[in-house]
Amino acid sequence: MRGSAASMAVLRPRSAAECVRLYRRSPDCVPLAGGTDFMVAWNMGGENGRTLLDLSRIREWTRLRATPGALQIGALASHTRIQRHPVARARLPLLVQACATIGGVQIQNRGTLGGNIANASPAGDSFPALAVYEAVVHAASDTGPRAIRFLDVFAGVKRTTLRPGELIAAVEVPFPTPRPSRQMFRKVGTRAAQAISKIVAAGMLWLRRDGTVAELRFALGSMAPTVRRLRAAEAFVRDRRLTPRVVDGACERLAEDVAPIDDVRSTREYRLTVARNLLAAFLGGP
Amino acid sequence: MRARIRLTVNGRRRSVTGPPMRRLIDVLREDLHLTGTKEGCGEGECGACTVLVDGQAVNSCLIPVCQLEGRRIETVESLGRPEALSGLQQAFLAAGGAQCGICTPGMLMSALAYVRGGGTPSAPAIRRQLAGNLCRCTGYQHIVDAVARAVRGRRRRS
Amino acid sequence: MAAVPSVGHNLPRREGPAKLCGSAAYVDDVAVPGALFGVTLRSTIPRGRVRDVRFAPTFPWRECVVATARDIPGANCVALIENDQPLLADAEVRHAMEPILLIAHPRRDRAFEALRHVRVDYEPLPAVLDVRAALEREQLVHGPDNVFKRFEIKRGDVEAGLAGADVVVDGEFQVPHQEQAYIEPNGMVAWWEPDGSLVVLGSMQCPYYVQKALMPVFALPERKVRVIHATTGGAFGGKEEYPNMIAGHAALLALKAARPVKLIYDRHEDMAATTKRHPAWIRHRTGVTRTGRLVAQDIEIAMDGGAYATLSSVVLSRGTLHATGPYECPSVRVRSRVVATNTPPNGAFRGFGAPQTLFAAELQMERVAERLGLDPLVLRRRNAVRVGSVMATGQVLRESVGARAVLDACARRSDYRGRASQCRRWNRSRRARTWRGIGLALVHHGAGFTGSGEAYLKSRAAVSLTRGGAIRVLAASTEMGQGTTTMLAQIVADALGLPPAWVSVATPDTRDVPNSGPTVASRTCLIVGGLLERASRELRAELVRVAGRLPRTLPELRRTAPRVCGRLEERRFEVEFAPPPGVHWDDATYTGEAYAVYGYAAMAAEVEIDRRTYEVRLRRVVTAQDVGKAIHPLLVEGQILGGAAQGFGYALLENVVMKDGVMSNAQFTNYILPTALDVPALDVTIVEQPYSRGPHGAKGVGELPIDVPAPAVAAAVHHATGLWLCELPILPERLLRADLERRRAGA
Repeated sequence: MRGSAASMAVLRPRSAAECVRLYRRSPDCVPLAGGTDFMVAWNMGGENGRTLLDLSRIREWTRLRATPGALQIGALASHTRIQRHPVARARLPLLVQACATIGGVQIQNRGTLGGNIANASPAGDSFPALAVYEAVVHAASDTGPRAIRFLDVFAGVKRTTLRPGELIAAVEVPFPTPRPSRQMFRKVGTRAAQAISKIVAAGMLWLRRDGTVAELRFALGSMAPTVRRLRAAEAFVRDRRLTPRVVDGACERLAEDVAPIDDVRSTREYRLTVARNLLAAFLGGP
Repeated sequence: MRARIRLTVNGRRRSVTGPPMRRLIDVLREDLHLTGTKEGCGEGECGACTVLVDGQAVNSCLIPVCQLEGRRIETVESLGRPEALSGLQQAFLAAGGAQCGICTPGMLMSALAYVRGGGTPSAPAIRRQLAGNLCRCTGYQHIVDAVARAVRGRRRRS
Repeated sequence: MAAVPSVGHNLPRREGPAKLCGSAAYVDDVAVPGALFGVTLRSTIPRGRVRDVRFAPTFPWRECVVATARDIPGANCVALIENDQPLLADAEVRHAMEPILLIAHPRRDRAFEALRHVRVDYEPLPAVLDVRAALEREQLVHGPDNVFKRFEIKRGDVEAGLAGADVVVDGEFQVPHQEQAYIEPNGMVAWWEPDGSLVVLGSMQCPYYVQKALMPVFALPERKVRVIHATTGGAFGGKEEYPNMIAGHAALLALKAARPVKLIYDRHEDMAATTKRHPAWIRHRTGVTRTGRLVAQDIEIAMDGGAYATLSSVVLSRGTLHATGPYECPSVRVRSRVVATNTPPNGAFRGFGAPQTLFAAELQMERVAERLGLDPLVLRRRNAVRVGSVMATGQVLRESVGARAVLDACARRSDYRGRASQCRRWNRSRRARTWRGIGLALVHHGAGFTGSGEAYLKSRAAVSLTRGGAIRVLAASTEMGQGTTTMLAQIVADALGLPPAWVSVATPDTRDVPNSGPTVASRTCLIVGGLLERASRELRAELVRVAGRLPRTLPELRRTAPRVCGRLEERRFEVEFAPPPGVHWDDATYTGEAYAVYGYAAMAAEVEIDRRTYEVRLRRVVTAQDVGKAIHPLLVEGQILGGAAQGFGYALLENVVMKDGVMSNAQFTNYILPTALDVPALDVTIVEQPYSRGPHGAKGVGELPIDVPAPAVAAAVHHATGLWLCELPILPERLLRADLERRRAGA
């Protein structure tokens, strides 16, 4: 344990308004939500001397609220609370499944949706689900709120497009309408539980009565610096029937929208092959 | 920089003064001399540091004490004494759920959250709850047996 | 009335209640007033000369105590088998993470901060980073050929055997480092007494190893070095000799600081710097008759020892002696080498060379079975050892050979044949989303030190009676979770004919207990238990002699005790190990009785492999293991289950990724240990083929269980997919690669 508590200053705002004011004044401070990412780095000794902006007292950012069209998830809602929320369970099953695979119970009880997004790991397990739900991230700052399309939040590995002074206040997740004909969430990790993903996938498919595709939404994580929607594959299958040739065509186009690498957890070859297999299984099966 | 944080630990109201970034595990072990909670990795992977905060299992190596104002903390020391073990501890003893014992405090706290939450004696459900607690000695089976035994014991008593 | 015997029963673990309440004192729990916290500065390059060590002037160094090699009063050496490893590197470094200097500070965080303010200037030298490079000898890092040790075992005429065989099968196998990953990191506390003696307390397996290592470093006699075992949170061999190093470091800092020093590793440092299982490359060439009788086994082994010799010669020895598997074969040749590389030295990890070579031996048997078109179960039955079999060293197995018993029990309980054909049917289905397979393995594990090792150790153990009537078990055997304390108390109680509650087991403290040898090599029950049985019989005889009968109540014991003790406060009955007659080992020719007796284990592992993601799931695992006698069945089962989990990790998950001579994934996030969802429930059968010279017939169980899972899993993977994955771990990426290559070859 190499973190030095004595070297850290902590700002502890009591409201969102106070928080964004403080953040504007101290742009170098580190916002701290559940701590499941930051504290790991801190324990290794890499963050000594920083100033932290403790968000844990901002109650208004912890709430989940259902509107007719969407679930408003406060940035500080834990993955456990999201999993247990009846509206999330009924209307956003892919997000619920994703939250259940982030770490183990202990991590889910502390880790927050906003914290995960702000951390912008390429392997964020909830990101493919949020990408296919076409969530909107609501940022707050002392100059006012800003709504950001989910995919536009990410600039690269561990980098967001949040402007100086901006913090994530909430994530708005629209309910898919109509309900998809088919949906899936799948995480392929380094082991059965509490694992960093090698590939994480979420998909929703709407089929017309004649069997043609009305819309496909498919997103992959851990396959590029940021989460990616498979635009080329999605465009290719639109208005087509999912014959084996069409499914193959979609899988061939998968590579156009991702850039998998070899890293300590997996290989480019594995990621690409398995991603194709997952897409093929999703499109090919009932 | 120093802050005074008030929290309840094992039923007792405590006041901790010190750097706000002090980790809960260090406050427990060093300030309150509750050394039952162990540090195995500092990464939130092994779960040896698991305690309950407001009844939820969390990794105490990842929580700065400033975020725990007014919260209720429970550690392994609240379960029982060697002469008066709790039902859960007795189940672990009978089933061989502790070998070297270093993962045991964290394992017990995760198990406690499970049992209190109405967990069933189903092995897959128990394993899912304990997936964030690594054990290198037992291969988990005797631990799972212990938790199932504790659940059944609790049901019989109620 | 005699006490109810406790052997064979599941007494509650003695130290269980304290562990369950969080009151068991591991080293970091022990409050040491006035202690400084110690940290280690380590080499960042794998090989080179140290040109300069610079301390940044901006840091308040007067707050710290710094110790270097120059501060060592005696020998700068961590004594073990060879004395080639320095306690602190001085002019040169031979591996990344090698300790160079030590810093102590009253505050843990300041100690780590101080480390950042030291800069080492190196002159890097070309490093030897793997076995291949070592054998190519472009750089010499040890002796004339980079070889620490070599062995050769010969029986019959292997060339002739191969030439005359109906079928010859080749196989090449590779196993990586494996990290012990005890959940409690290494740690020590050291302080110096006013009389100039040294006291060390910490996480360890072998207090007397630590004592022996500290003596030359500080030029102290035995009576001035006291080593105390703290509750130890797992070890598995990883705390067999590494504690010698940390203890030396803590003691050196304490000497310089004139204050106690606590030195506790964090996880990253522990994983990257301390010993691991030796990686190995193994080649088999096996000659068989058409009906599946082994006629020749030609085996080559190369292990990577890392930068210093440590225990490599003994690991190689055990690996070599287990390399054939538990089979009889008239012609055998095993040639083995362990080489030096510029990587952190490797050391003991449960199994100690056997998991490596048994993985190869058993997977090779699967390859032979496939080539012959023979059922793997039949092939094993046809060749498995039995009483009367002759091993490659010429040893005749005289008794307690449960190889066939465990194989048959395992095959029966797993319904091996039935499940095998169900799997084959399943795999033929085009609609199936998974492959299924079942694989078998059969292993042996010699109990106790190899060959003349036990005779050389001359272990001593004692039972004592105090004037107050307390019976104490005095041995250096340490409890690290395996159940030593409980098991030894049972053996002693039964040998005395008294209730176990009257017997206490002393903490292994070198001031108090005799040197019963290290807690390794599956020897604690067999050897130390045996010594304690003898000692107990002497005490028992004395009790009966003095009082006319065994005490029936505690008050009666307390009345008898002063008469047994005479003028002594405590009377000890101490015995020394005597090698059993008829056990001869020749170190020069490597022939004779390598081990007094072997344990045997069989496992049938069923896997299910996702055809899309190549993830391997363990579906059902059945095992039968011959331990001679289960002194405490629940503890024995605990060893089997725990060893199996480590074996599954070795087979499927645990991959040490070395980069530039250092472990690049040295955290739990990226070194993948099995969770509760990764290890299935096991069906365990304990088989008892008693060994006449073991306590109640017992012959050891600590390591046997980790030898069998990896080859069983690899065999199952082959059965499921038709692919040979001869390199561990069997990662989905590797399965995918093998499948792609097969398709390309077929296309």
